[in-house]
Amino acid sequence: MVRIDPVADLRLAREFRANPIGKHSPDLQRLLRFFRGEPIEGKYALLCTKPNREWKLVELSGEVGKPFSVHEDRVFTSLKQAEWEVFKLRWKRYTGRDLFLDGGPVR
Amino acid sequence: MKSLAGYTDRISVAPGERIAFKVSAENGATSYKASLVRLFSTDDHPDGPGLGERPVRAPFDGRHPARRQAIPMGSCVTVLRSPKLEKLRSVTLAAVIWPTTPRRGRQAILGGWSGGRGIALEIDEIGAASLRIDGNVFSTGKPLLVREWYRVAASYDHKTGIVEVIQEHLVAYPRIDDAGGLRVAGPIGRSPAPRGTFSIGANAGTPFAQHFNGKIGRPRVAKRVLTPAEAMATLAYRVPKELRSAMLAAWDFALDTPSQRIVDTTANKLDGATINLPARGMKGHAWTGRVHDWRAAPDEYDAIHFHDDDVYDAGWSTDFEYMVPLDLPSGVYAAKLEGGADPEHVVFFVRPPRGRATADVCYLAATATYMAYANFRVMNRSWEYEAFQGALLQIGPEDLFLNDHPDYGDSLYGSHSDGSGVCYSSRLRPIVNMRPHTPLWAFSGDNTLLAWMDALGYRADTLTDEDLDAEGVDLIAAYKVVVTGCHPEYWSLPMWDAMQAYLDRSGCLMYLGGNGFYWRVAYHPTLPGVIEVRRAEDGTRAWAAEPGEYYMSFTGEYGGLWRRQDRTPNQLVGVGMTAQGFDCGSYYRRAKASFDPRVAFIFEGIGADELIGNFGTAGGGAAGQELDRYDRALGSPPHALVVATSEEHTDNMLLVNEDFRGTYLALGGTENKLVRADMTFFETPAGGAVFSTGSISWIASLPNAAFDNNVARITRNVLDRFLDPTPFR
Repeated sequence: MVRIDPVADLRLAREFRANPIGKHSPDLQRLLRFFRGEPIEGKYALLCTKPNREWKLVELSGEVGKPFSVHEDRVFTSLKQAEWEVFKLRWKRYTGRDLFLDGGPVR
Repeated sequence: MKSLAGYTDRISVAPGERIAFKVSAENGATSYKASLVRLFSTDDHPDGPGLGERPVRAPFDGRHPARRQAIPMGSCVTVLRSPKLEKLRSVTLAAVIWPTTPRRGRQAILGGWSGGRGIALEIDEIGAASLRIDGNVFSTGKPLLVREWYRVAASYDHKTGIVEVIQEHLVAYPRIDDAGGLRVAGPIGRSPAPRGTFSIGANAGTPFAQHFNGKIGRPRVAKRVLTPAEAMATLAYRVPKELRSAMLAAWDFALDTPSQRIVDTTANKLDGATINLPARGMKGHAWTGRVHDWRAAPDEYDAIHFHDDDVYDAGWSTDFEYMVPLDLPSGVYAAKLEGGADPEHVVFFVRPPRGRATADVCYLAATATYMAYANFRVMNRSWEYEAFQGALLQIGPEDLFLNDHPDYGDSLYGSHSDGSGVCYSSRLRPIVNMRPHTPLWAFSGDNTLLAWMDALGYRADTLTDEDLDAEGVDLIAAYKVVVTGCHPEYWSLPMWDAMQAYLDRSGCLMYLGGNGFYWRVAYHPTLPGVIEVRRAEDGTRAWAAEPGEYYMSFTGEYGGLWRRQDRTPNQLVGVGMTAQGFDCGSYYRRAKASFDPRVAFIFEGIGADELIGNFGTAGGGAAGQELDRYDRALGSPPHALVVATSEEHTDNMLLVNEDFRGTYLALGGTENKLVRADMTFFETPAGGAVFSTGSISWIASLPNAAFDNNVARITRNVLDRFLDPTPFR
């Protein structure tokens, strides 16, 4: 199964940061499939607050009738930004560490 | 947060006809404002024309009182009230069942229940067969297994109060103890159907309650106590002769399968009717696999699959009506409802006066596809959906609303609460994703075409799939050009035949989409506003039909992909579904054939090396979401020209599963040669022609640079030539 190596896989984080939407290397594709295949309960998604212009981070509930949790403080104005932010959150979720690139925590 | 919802009694209406609007306020609002708008664009991407919504004066403009209207979910059979049932005292109830959620609390199999009293054969709280007599429950105490066939029966002796309940598994598994029987003394002098009401799959009431999930076959009512052996014997397809005089009712669910009627085969004629369209044409416990067509072996297809979340007609009261004025131009309209939060748009389609074309162009609105996707609610259910999309899921107000309202029903992409696929979809309920600002692969994606036509001054009549299904080729025969939207995926046989006949009569078709002409569906022959699909053995499927259940109950047609029935989209429009991927789009490059004089008109004003559609409001490219390819082996015409082909797709753009016979890794856009959109043109024998773009995202690229771009130019070139009366040679 896919395991993230928090050091060796930093190159994949760099690759994704440079191009969140588009062609990706096979290793990055595998990592993304792992991230995107996380269970439905608590899965990250985007709530469109202004169509095509603004999104808020939500976590799905996985159960009809049970509301999603909305992260009011996580607002995105581009889909690329949102993909990168969620990548970082998932990196932490599955490695237990903040994502550090270029010698420091990444923004 | 969306708080208003509504639907209309009809989806398409002609001048001089009435349409009724039914509205519910889900947030306690006591009034809302209504107005009429004509829709030209339903997406406001920064690179697009903005939301194109123009007010039209209508008598219903203004404030209306609001109230909540409920949607009673869940299917069942209700038997006509009868004194014969009311007079019933001692009784035996029996059926064959295939429970799908036996552990989900009390569920009624059959019985007479009214006002909280009566006698019903049920599944009880622990999942066992039981007889309920008023407030008393007599249970076998043995939980039923999920998706296994059982014979269940219960009797009640009115005079002695003796109750007998039995359940018998049709398959014996060693070490599984799920057969049970019970014979005890119960209350004396109770009545099985106190007010003559009787129902199957739920207990009668307002609304019906204790809905059963799963299949029921061969429900039987005897008017005396039968021995367990006799009760089981009644479950033969035809009740044995010696027991017939004991029967009050023996329903045959295989009779009149397409209808809502339920036939009692005894002389008592205690016929019934289905409510909320449970699934019919379902195989029963006696299915052998000898045949797969329910018409060929009624005794093997005599089960009905009931669901606690089936919805057909919400049955709401009308809030207001609108008489369409004689001079109202054909187009896409909505009653715009404003009640505090987001406005809601209750969309309907105005056709030209019946029997008359008021333009040379017909825009065919893909209402069968809108119904197939009606109340699409996969995203909070499927962990795979984000990986399938290759991008974060985007949730709109309609998704939040649907998550709060299970009673609005699901789409043909959904599963019922018991995991079985949704095979019927109705528009007699609000379709909350047939509105502006929804994803660009259905309603919202289509209307950019109307904005483009409007900006360039083209006039088009708007007709719907439902009109075409009902009226055939006569509906479109007068038009020089028929133009589709971005995703005309769901086609019935009458629609297909009409389009073929139109092309045979020199009509011109612009298929400006992808994944078109893909699933075979059926409109119900008599019930309004409902379609059926069977997700048969192939294709990209949100669920898979059970083996033996590929024939549609509405018409008896074999369901599934058109491609599997030797009617390929390639034969009709030159291209057919080849790949899907939702992360981003790409562009087309001109092919050699684009320099053939036959297609010079398409590329007027387009450079030889120009990349076509390397922009767009759907994923940044005109070739995206779902793609079609030219393929001789699938029936693409030999004389057709592939004039441009898309390239540089990502690996999230994947070959469809009907195109490979064994799995392998090279299915993505960077490796697989079949992952491409083929822009295709061909002439028809009668002098007409077909132009296909083979991509859902084509229309979403029309608006860039104020409609001044090569996608818009090609579309204009083709439309102008198709409007020219000079026949193609």
